[in-house]
Amino acid sequence: MAALRSSTSALLGAAASRPALRIARAGVPAAVRGMADLASGATHSNTASGENAKLKTFQIYRWNPDQPTEKPRMQAYTLDLNKTGPMVLDALIRIKNEIDPTLTFRRSCREGICGSCAMNINGTNTLACLCRIPAEDNSELKIYPLPHTYVVKDLVPDLTQFYKQYKSIKPYLQRDTPSPDGKEYRQSKADRKKLDGLYECILCACCSTSCPSYWWNSEEYLGPAILLQSYRWLADSRDEKTLQRRDALNNSMSLYRCHTILNCTRTCPKGLNPGLAIQSIKKEMAL
Amino acid sequence: MRLSGLQKEVLSLYRQCLRECRKKPEATRMHFRSFARVEFDKNIKIDKRDFGAIEFLLRKGRRQLEMYASPGVKDVRK
Repeated sequence: MAALRSSTSALLGAAASRPALRIARAGVPAAVRGMADLASGATHSNTASGENAKLKTFQIYRWNPDQPTEKPRMQAYTLDLNKTGPMVLDALIRIKNEIDPTLTFRRSCREGICGSCAMNINGTNTLACLCRIPAEDNSELKIYPLPHTYVVKDLVPDLTQFYKQYKSIKPYLQRDTPSPDGKEYRQSKADRKKLDGLYECILCACCSTSCPSYWWNSEEYLGPAILLQSYRWLADSRDEKTLQRRDALNNSMSLYRCHTILNCTRTCPKGLNPGLAIQSIKKEMAL
Repeated sequence: MRLSGLQKEVLSLYRQCLRECRKKPEATRMHFRSFARVEFDKNIKIDKRDFGAIEFLLRKGRRQLEMYASPGVKDVRK
């Protein structure tokens, strides 16, 4: 361990001492710049000249639960876009690594498959990893946590209620009869096709938290994401508890608080259509 | 003295904590009691009109209570 540490410090020292001139011009603490050098040695050298830096300011919602009496505030961070990846998540990671390690947000896959980095960027709920930084204008980019959720810290929302509701719809295959060949439950191509546009949902909660109806009734109304999943199991030809699933939704709150506002469909970062799924459930219930 | 709704909620959370203490083993019961007391005392200085902070702490307290109330938790130490 000691050997490892000394070798990294030697590396750091070398990186910091060689481009000493550059550091002085950039005006960033040497230690911080040293780390950036290690991370992106190649890209750094050709964008080092400070003249054509594309600066962008990020206004980020900050709130720390350890000081509950302090009010939430917006904090501004300025980055040079030439040295940052194209997506908002790249910028957030860079801010956390180089400017402010106390900034807190969820991230995992950085390619829009895990749904961890859902947040409100410039007024739209979306995944930070799928949202490009608008480079054309120099206006500030505002980043908030998902609206109408309790905040755990900074950009991290409390999704307990959301997951509880997901659990309540029993999101798994329910059937009693064994498959005829004893191997797997088969399904025709047409039946499989019914699940397209439903199974892709990653439960990022962007749609549910953009729905005004869900804002006011999140205790009882299931919200678009959960209803889309409900429909995914209603539409599954292998599931045998369709009637019970339908009965569970047959009350004034769970399903019928959807007033086809369609914010869900507009905001979905995966391009799905929860609004259509909810209408399909309503149609099934009516017929 | 008439209590506000929020004050009542705080007191009821504290009562719930004490009730949960009684379900814990005799030997460690006092640990749970003093732990709950300390947790409440930590925030005793908060202004009673600071609703946002109090509501947040209530939510946090309920979550904590739920966790410590589970039968697997036998003792708590500071």
